[in-house]
Amino acid sequence: MNALLLANETAASAGWMLRNAWIIPFIPAMSFLLILLIGKRTPGKGHWIGIAAVSAAFVLSAIAGVQWIQHVNDAHHASGSEEQALSVGGGTLAAKTESPTAGAAPAEGESAAAEEEHVAVAPVRNSVTWYENEGTNVKVGTLVDGLSVMMLVVVTLISLLVHIYSTDYVHGDRRYTHYFAFLSLFTASMLTLVIAENTLMLLCAWELVGVCSFALIGHWWEEQPNSDAALKAFLTNRVGDMGLIIGVTILYFAAGKSFDIVKINEMANSGEIRQFLLLVASCCLIAAVASKSGQFILHTWLPDAMAGPTPVSALIHAATMVVAGVFMVARLYSVFFHGLTIPGSSINLLALVGAVTLIGGALLAFVQNDIKKVLAYSTISQLGYMVMALGVGAWTAAVFHLFTHAFFKACLFLGAGSVSHACHHSFDMKAEMGGLRKIMPRTFWTFVIATGALIGIFPLAGFWSKDEILAGTGGWPDTHGTGTYYAMLIMGMLGAALTAAYMTRVIYLTFFGQYRGHSHPHENGPRITIPLIILAVFAVGAGFLNLPPGVFGAGDAHHPTGWQERFGHYVEPVGKYFPDVVHATPSYLLAIVSSAIGLAGVAAAYAYYRKVETRSRAEGRKLTELPDGITTRSKPAKAFHTLLVNKYYLDHLYNNVIVAGIKGPIARAAYWFNQHGIDASVNAVGKGSVIGGKFLYTYFDQKVVDGAVNASGTLSSGVGEELRHIQTGKVQQYALLLFGGTTVLAGIFLILLTT
Amino acid sequence: MLLNQFLLLAAALFCIGVYGVLARRNAVLVLMSVELILNAVNINFVAFGAFNRTVAGEVFGLFVIAVAAAEVGVGLAMVLLLYRNRKSIDLTEVDLMKG
Repeated sequence: MNALLLANETAASAGWMLRNAWIIPFIPAMSFLLILLIGKRTPGKGHWIGIAAVSAAFVLSAIAGVQWIQHVNDAHHASGSEEQALSVGGGTLAAKTESPTAGAAPAEGESAAAEEEHVAVAPVRNSVTWYENEGTNVKVGTLVDGLSVMMLVVVTLISLLVHIYSTDYVHGDRRYTHYFAFLSLFTASMLTLVIAENTLMLLCAWELVGVCSFALIGHWWEEQPNSDAALKAFLTNRVGDMGLIIGVTILYFAAGKSFDIVKINEMANSGEIRQFLLLVASCCLIAAVASKSGQFILHTWLPDAMAGPTPVSALIHAATMVVAGVFMVARLYSVFFHGLTIPGSSINLLALVGAVTLIGGALLAFVQNDIKKVLAYSTISQLGYMVMALGVGAWTAAVFHLFTHAFFKACLFLGAGSVSHACHHSFDMKAEMGGLRKIMPRTFWTFVIATGALIGIFPLAGFWSKDEILAGTGGWPDTHGTGTYYAMLIMGMLGAALTAAYMTRVIYLTFFGQYRGHSHPHENGPRITIPLIILAVFAVGAGFLNLPPGVFGAGDAHHPTGWQERFGHYVEPVGKYFPDVVHATPSYLLAIVSSAIGLAGVAAAYAYYRKVETRSRAEGRKLTELPDGITTRSKPAKAFHTLLVNKYYLDHLYNNVIVAGIKGPIARAAYWFNQHGIDASVNAVGKGSVIGGKFLYTYFDQKVVDGAVNASGTLSSGVGEELRHIQTGKVQQYALLLFGGTTVLAGIFLILLTT
Repeated sequence: MLLNQFLLLAAALFCIGVYGVLARRNAVLVLMSVELILNAVNINFVAFGAFNRTVAGEVFGLFVIAVAAAEVGVGLAMVLLLYRNRKSIDLTEVDLMKG
């Protein structure tokens, strides 16, 4: 335990920024107020305040990142000098060995190295009591560890780029200032969410980002569909929020009346909370994940949320807010890990929800003509990847995919916005786009790079994270994951193929062929293209932060060197508040197979559109105007297409079955009860009060109360009238009265004394 | 001991002073009458002090003289202002506070 103590000591001396992380969300929160109050009168109508605040937050987050790396290194140095003590007393820490094979016959040096890798690094905590009631101490504070720091950097960086992009994209908008105010508020809420110390704060920030999402989706609320989309997003999220509230409440009581995230995780790990309770809490929390992170069957709001301005879609509905659900699972991972018995299983609810979303979302992306909606379904599908990865126990892979996805998906969304900005603000790929490759080279190339990252082409970012997830399922031979999830591996691969195909479709329809629109598209200015280029650079480079061990350098599966596993090393928590996940062994064959599947998807889609293109040219029509295709030739394909076009009839289910069902008989019954039960009693009480009130008014108020008041008034006025005459204004008369009075008093005094 | 004579003198002075305060219409004379009252009291203090062989009476007398000087200073200032505003120092004419 010596190492743990030392690690705690280093926590006390951890970097200033880590201890005072509250400043990071505080700055954008202040900027929100400033923009609301004086934004309209400042140059730039408020965007300078927003950009300055987010830049400051980004710089501070970067400092926090550096200090966290230092903090982890310090903890390792401290344990290096105490290596002997660690191997004796650190048994519980060392129990987290690399893989089952290492446990079979470990060499002396290897086990020491494995222990060195698993030095507990205490998260930096700083909290104050918010209120106290009957021994329940509710705190507000920050919990900073690798996960939080990574999220801080990602959120502030993308928010900053989106701010810059927005100054051009929503330029001249009727609610320009309001827009930047809400961007600031969103950034502040999201930053609070990622450093929340307890589940109550998490819940508050969770609701706050929901509100900002609502306000920004409905930014152009004058048009009915936008307003409807905002409401739909908000209401669908409410459904999941109920799950979150119930889950948090269960955990609160399960952990002995505590909201403390670290404590809940520690108790879940040590088995102090019964597994059944954890299972129920996990299931409730999965509902929250399903709504916020767009998982089946509560994903329907996310495509509609594309009604908001495109930079908002990039920031909120692709890179940051929608990963809040994934973040929450990663934060409370011990609860899910033990509640769903992830290790050693081959199926569980979390993995299943993720996998179904992955496939379902990807299929829906094929039938959308709106470029943003394709990207929205792609986001749903990728979030499915992350949730699935968490479900199969590949924590680092999930968080790493979150990290890389934030960059390339934000790049794709901003690219789509750039295209639409050039094409009359339309998002219809079939009617308004095509052949933009030559006209908008910068947008095209960044879009292609980000697509490559999304598909998982070597060596772009998505390749590394997706491959890590596939290896993490443990279904491939000799990968030794936390469990063995064969179904998840197959669905993950299928998802990769689908992703490749629908993204090829997007690129083909948007950038290749002939231009089908009616305007004169042009490349956008630097405020739009520079954020795209920066994000594209990250989409290329982010993957190198977590190279699998044994790739690009020495080191083997258990001894990563150089850039290998750096992300996992600094981001994955090590300590009693994190479960014993097993790191899967990467497999070259798996990487080759999954890449081949992806490339096959690209090739198939490309070949299909090539064929359609040549045929349409031969017939002298536009690409999208062919009268027949697969769906006209094959009945099952037609049926499947109809199913997809109707989005699995989920909206139909919600609106026409559930909502209509509630509106119909249940609402009528409630109305009847309301009219005859509640209203009748309310009316009776009202009538009774009126009669009683009238009685009181006539007999008590008018006679007694008013009489007394009037009488006292008349009395004072009469007395005053009489006494008025004494007041002559002549000083000597007053003096006479004074002396007279004194004489009389003296006389009485004299008589009293003598008798 | 001649205490009674002093007390009678003081009582006479006091009565003259009270009459002056109550009956004179000239504000300066009213002030002078106030002085008479105060000096009647002073005589009492000094007389009782001598009678009881203590300096307390004389000390009180000195205090009263000092305060009386201040009082006359303020009083004369008020009379002066009254004259400036009204061209008269007749107290019966000053009755703005009449109810």
